[in-house]
Amino acid sequence: MAETTPAAATPTPTKPAPKAAPAAKHTDKKPAGTLATLTPEMMVVQQHFGEALIQPAPYEGFLVTDPAKVRDVALFLRDELGFETLSNQTAVDYLAENAIEIVYHVSHIQGGKPLCFKTRIPRDESVAVPSLTPVYPGAEFQEREIYDLYGARFSDHPDLRRILMWEGFNGWPMRRDWKEAYYEGDTKPFDSRWPGGNHKLAEERVPWADNINLPPGFDPATYVANPDGNIYESMLEGGNGHDLEVPPLDTGADAVIGSSSGLKTDQIIVNMGPQHPSTHGVLRMVVRIDGETITDLKLVLGYLHRNHEKIGERNTWLHNIPYTDRLDYICGMANEMGYVIGVERMMGIKPTERAEYLRVIMAELTRIQSHFWAIGFLLNDLGAFYTPALYFITERDLIIDLFESVTGSRMMCNYMRFGGVARDFTPEQLARARELVFERIPRAIDELERLLSDNEIIKARTIGVGYMSAERSIAYSLTGPCLRAVGVPYDIRRADPYSIYDRFDFDIPVLYGGDVYDRYRIRVLEMRQSLRILEQALNQIDQTPAGDIQAGKKAYNHRVPAGQTYARVETPKGELGFYLVSDGGQNPYRYHVRSSSFINLTSMREMTIGQKVADAVVILGSLDIVLGEVDR
Amino acid sequence: MAELATNQPIEEIKNDPRVPPELNNNVFITTLDKLYNWGRKRSMWPMLFGLACCAIEMICTAASRHDLARFGWELMRPSPRQADLMIVSGTVTKKMVPQIVRLYNQMPEPRYVIAMGACATSGGPFKEGYNVVSGIDKFLPVDVYIPGCPPRPEALLHGFTKLQEKIEKQSLRSVSWYRKGEATVVPVPVLGPDLIDLRRSQEIVARALAPQTAPAASAEPTA
Ligand code: SF4
Repeated sequence: MAETTPAAATPTPTKPAPKAAPAAKHTDKKPAGTLATLTPEMMVVQQHFGEALIQPAPYEGFLVTDPAKVRDVALFLRDELGFETLSNQTAVDYLAENAIEIVYHVSHIQGGKPLCFKTRIPRDESVAVPSLTPVYPGAEFQEREIYDLYGARFSDHPDLRRILMWEGFNGWPMRRDWKEAYYEGDTKPFDSRWPGGNHKLAEERVPWADNINLPPGFDPATYVANPDGNIYESMLEGGNGHDLEVPPLDTGADAVIGSSSGLKTDQIIVNMGPQHPSTHGVLRMVVRIDGETITDLKLVLGYLHRNHEKIGERNTWLHNIPYTDRLDYICGMANEMGYVIGVERMMGIKPTERAEYLRVIMAELTRIQSHFWAIGFLLNDLGAFYTPALYFITERDLIIDLFESVTGSRMMCNYMRFGGVARDFTPEQLARARELVFERIPRAIDELERLLSDNEIIKARTIGVGYMSAERSIAYSLTGPCLRAVGVPYDIRRADPYSIYDRFDFDIPVLYGGDVYDRYRIRVLEMRQSLRILEQALNQIDQTPAGDIQAGKKAYNHRVPAGQTYARVETPKGELGFYLVSDGGQNPYRYHVRSSSFINLTSMREMTIGQKVADAVVILGSLDIVLGEVDR
Repeated sequence: MAELATNQPIEEIKNDPRVPPELNNNVFITTLDKLYNWGRKRSMWPMLFGLACCAIEMICTAASRHDLARFGWELMRPSPRQADLMIVSGTVTKKMVPQIVRLYNQMPEPRYVIAMGACATSGGPFKEGYNVVSGIDKFLPVDVYIPGCPPRPEALLHGFTKLQEKIEKQSLRSVSWYRKGEATVVPVPVLGPDLIDLRRSQEIVARALAPQTAPAASAEPTA
């Protein structure tokens, strides 16, 4: 499905277009291309619904010509063809064709390539797409994001509000013709940043001398700000998101919840965050509580929305690699790997053998240090303030030191390139890596287990807390360790193999508890499996010629043939996908990040209802989110 | 009886009959400013407050290897009311900046702000983002800027020592928090169609009244 087609004939200007005519530039871009061939599964769909409704789409997947039928198609895919989980949902703005395309990727939970389907609506917001939340509850946040950034409406969505921006924000920022205050051109490098040219501050160029854009005639005296929208009202009403019944506040207050003494209790609504020591960054939870018991919970996201995707569409292809480091900033190189694999697929190139090994070594070391961090901070949330975290930060620092000596940076490594990696390991660095993998880290993991796994307090606090069944987890598009902790062995390294993972002998550990304790233990098991992969990789890497780390010539300016791809990798947090659309130019036409932290949070509401407030904190810790990836 | 004075030779003070003999070798003379600043600079309570990637390096700085506690700065307080240093460690977004300003207003004087990393200093790699504030100094007075993306723990420690140097130079006579009058309060920005800085509301009103002369905004809102 990810085949690329050579550039049809859609040349785009290489230089940034003159600022005087930006509109003309947009209409130049017309990434319509060759139509995809339908896979046998898609043929089944076509036979069932007829050729009028199901047509091959450009490059990838099929097009549902009538947006109103999308839910029927999804239901058919789920129930008849067994695509149980919605991996990715996003939108693309085809300005020239006056259409917004909604793109869906669904997957078999047993593995295999994802299936892609699309539908198109006009840009004028006249048509609403049926929400997929009744079929795939995991669509909830993704649809809200599309609404927020593209202004596409979804009918029957349980809670269609802005998610990353605030209510009242002016415009749909991801649309191609929406320009940020500092807009300078469609492609980088911008003129003002050209070395030797004039280094004009962005503030000097823009009307408000700041990164703001108020609509003409805006009068603050009459404006009523309401950035939260109706979140509190909606929580008073209770609500029925997916098959989750939340009683309205009145009945909830009568029902005596969490009180064995028969006392009548009142419910209150409390804000936790965005500045709260337990929320792992700037996440805000609005909780409705009855005493200590949570009766409803809603998340408010976007406090770290850094416009990754908008900036990514202005960047050149190469520019985006360091930005991916800043997505999930704990595991930079795992993100880079997903992105370069996607672009390599579109360019039709393959990295060298040695580069593949180096990537795997880096990605698995990243997984280990990320899990160290996750476990340390889960313990923080449990109240073991800092002691366990200090132990694991020490170990993590050793891995980070290796990263730094190879790549030059501790966290933002910017290491991978299209067709290879930036630097080779020296023999000393390889020796250091072996020492870590064969000696130091296994012992550290043993110590971790001795310290924590049988600890009575940890068990009392975590066993049975935050349970979610396998069916619900799959429906919520949960991925990563949290999904494997309910007994679903879904790991992209096996489900949809990439790089050279098919060469290594390793297991996908699964546990069946589905609670916080198993989410902790699965991470320990995964660290051990990563060590197995690392041992093999470090043994085999000597068979590859040293220094052979880049296929083809190093280049600064990449042209990616027109096409589309959805590339996904298994990062420590779960499935990280990049949906990339190229029009043959030097920057992406669409650059979407399917981030596991963001989508895993969709299930947070169901996991926490009925639990104690202190447990909500622990559940959040066990999901192991990173806000950079949640809000992007 | 004459007062002991700082300009007296130290020997004279030591031998003053009012100083008990066992304390003879423990007398030292200093100014109140020095004593006050000496204590303050070694017991900063930073706010437990992380925004983005830079916060990870801040945690590493507090962890055992770099060990912020060596400088007496390790007591991170989650509540702004107990903190006297705000480390803005990460990208300041428009959605977040009202809360940051509110937190700053809730901190008691004396209070300091460190802008850690490129984002907090200027917007950094995300400067052109539509939801990104070009540096926290657009709203709060910053005492120390630390470059880097992210700054290494050593760089953060260096920033701390720079702030210590700054504190050393302050004098009780001139610091703002012992002066009369209200403490400075930064108006909390409002989230409207875009971020509204209330300090600029006059300008905003003026432009609203004269829409023809206002330069056309470069973005054409589509909704
Ligand atoms: S300066 Fe760099 S590391 Fe720090 S918050 Fe910004 S992007 Fe992240």
